[in-house]
Amino acid sequence: MAISVPLVLEQTLNGLQYGVMLFLMAAGLTLVFGIMNLVNLAHGSLYMVGAYLATAFAGWSGSFVLGVALALPATLLVGVVVEVIALRTLYERDHLDQVLATFGLILFFNELIAVVWGRAAVYTTIPPFLSGHIRVLPGVPYPTYRAGVILVGVVVAVALWVLVTRTRLGMLIRAGASNRTMVSALGVNIRLLYTLVFGLGAALAGLAGAMAGPIYAVQPGMGEAILIQVFVVIVIGGIGSIRGAMVGAVAVGMADTLGRAFLKPMLATVISPPAADKAGPALASMLIYLLMAAVLFFRSEGLFPARGRS
Amino acid sequence: MRTMTRAALVGLLAALVAAPAAAQTVKIGFITTLSGPQGAIGEHMKNSVELALDHLGRKVGGLDVEVIYGDDQVKPDVGKQLADEMLKKHRVHFVSGVIWSNVMLAVAPTVTGAGTFMIGTNAGPHELAGKMCHELFFTTSWQNDQTPEAMGKYMQEQSITDVYAMAPNYAAGKDMISGFKRYFKNKIVAEVYTQLGQQDYQAEISQIRAANPKAVFVFYPGGMGIQFLKQYAQAGLRGQIPLYSVYTVDEISLPAVKEAALGQWETRYWSPDLKNEANQKYVADFRKKFGKTPVFYGAQSYDGIMLIDSAIRAVKGDLTNKPGMIAAMRRADYKSTRGPYKYNVNHFPIENFYLLKAVQTPDGDFAMQIQRTVFENHKDAYFAECPMKW
Repeated sequence: MAISVPLVLEQTLNGLQYGVMLFLMAAGLTLVFGIMNLVNLAHGSLYMVGAYLATAFAGWSGSFVLGVALALPATLLVGVVVEVIALRTLYERDHLDQVLATFGLILFFNELIAVVWGRAAVYTTIPPFLSGHIRVLPGVPYPTYRAGVILVGVVVAVALWVLVTRTRLGMLIRAGASNRTMVSALGVNIRLLYTLVFGLGAALAGLAGAMAGPIYAVQPGMGEAILIQVFVVIVIGGIGSIRGAMVGAVAVGMADTLGRAFLKPMLATVISPPAADKAGPALASMLIYLLMAAVLFFRSEGLFPARGRS
Repeated sequence: MRTMTRAALVGLLAALVAAPAAAQTVKIGFITTLSGPQGAIGEHMKNSVELALDHLGRKVGGLDVEVIYGDDQVKPDVGKQLADEMLKKHRVHFVSGVIWSNVMLAVAPTVTGAGTFMIGTNAGPHELAGKMCHELFFTTSWQNDQTPEAMGKYMQEQSITDVYAMAPNYAAGKDMISGFKRYFKNKIVAEVYTQLGQQDYQAEISQIRAANPKAVFVFYPGGMGIQFLKQYAQAGLRGQIPLYSVYTVDEISLPAVKEAALGQWETRYWSPDLKNEANQKYVADFRKKFGKTPVFYGAQSYDGIMLIDSAIRAVKGDLTNKPGMIAAMRRADYKSTRGPYKYNVNHFPIENFYLLKAVQTPDGDFAMQIQRTVFENHKDAYFAECPMKW
């Protein structure tokens, strides 16, 4: 199969779109990890909750946009409740305890969703006004919905950048990521800050889930399918850094998508086609982990570690 | 110390409960997946077992019955542990169920090795149809290769060429493609293997559009199928390149994708619209009791209980008469939801395969409907390797 310029462009957009989705998940996870020193495996559950709530609200209101808009504060609320009830007691515990507890939360949320909505995937679809294609260039059609996802992701990234670098809350978040003890010693209500950050992360995961609903299968356990890639993103980007999450997400999205699309034909020019058939898919599925290993080899803290972290 | 005493007491009680139950109760261990994303399949299977018991008046072969359900979590090691527990603790007479081929390969030898019947109701790995066949192993489903073979034959007959084939990169994915190629001899433009459990197929769909094949053949079970179908339709390829598949659209995934599956071609040995008395009763009563259309996983599980019932009836409730029950099962003397069928030497069914299409019914629902018969009395490709003779 020939590798043509329009195809490369289309696949680059696909990679960007996947990266944006990963970024929305990674932003919350990296902040929670970086500021609260909490390994939250249940981040994928909030993504799932967002997808289900958006589907339910969209069905109830008849409008996809309204459904997503309602799912955001609802997921934020779920996140705050989870933080207050379950996670507060875990900040002082070591990471293994946190992993156990948040894994328990995964099981809890998956069963809860199965009890409420059933175990089978629920029906979701793209709203009609987003279901067509736009022409990026002559001969390069791109699904409108996915272009919309890229747009939303970029807007959120800019908004987060403004929040983190230009506001007082952002200053506290950055300070919290660098030195928690000092921040609380300066009289900041660190508990409230934790709850806010966790809620913000939950809302972002919910947004990712709500946007994923129409293209993926909305079913119990959907969050775990994306969680591993998100962890790869924050390890590459550097824990606690929004900028790192952005760069890491786009890098992972690009590497994964372009690897799946072009690794096999490129290998076939170097080694024999049957060997490329075998090695291509295997190598493509390893690519993001190889990328992570390479980044860790050269920069063990990730690309953009939060400053002053010890 | 107190907790240890308590534990010992609990153990003692458990041993008492597990002691050989009063005779004339048949115990069936049913292993399926009841949790996680694949739990929807297990739910259908369990419901179908319960419906079969209802239809039999809560007796199997005229005996009181106890079914012990086990959740394998899609893990072979867990499946084997469940089988051991059912054999040693519950002392079951039959183990049944099992969705996944890798789980089946761990469970079946454990059960038959202990001298107990294994009645598979889904997975049909080729090993068990060939060299590893066993007189205590029966299945009410099919051998894995048969369904894609039917699709390969149909597409060959239609002189379809330039086919783009896709499947997840694991054992069953490769089996499906090789089964397909056993009967499809025209040109395959690309054979693409994706990650197992992959969510996003946009990159692969862009490649399909660029390759512009005449048809696409896929095997994407469960959530992968839902995702692939949605994204294929969203990319606008639904109307452009016809999609043929196996185990991708079923009665579980159809309600989640609806119009995104319209026009999809599948092959299968069974369908809710198959016209025979047993099937119509099964489908109607399942809908009445559970409010859903049943799926083939359920039909096979319903058949499994009916097969066990027929065997116990034939030996007049004498559960120690294993040769008698083997002989009875080989006759497949019960009203199967697929209609009458025979067993091959390897205890896999010799059965029909049909071409199905996803259509919209007049009342607005979406359903798979039989279009034509592709294979009549189709045998699997491995029975000659099975040393069993009867």
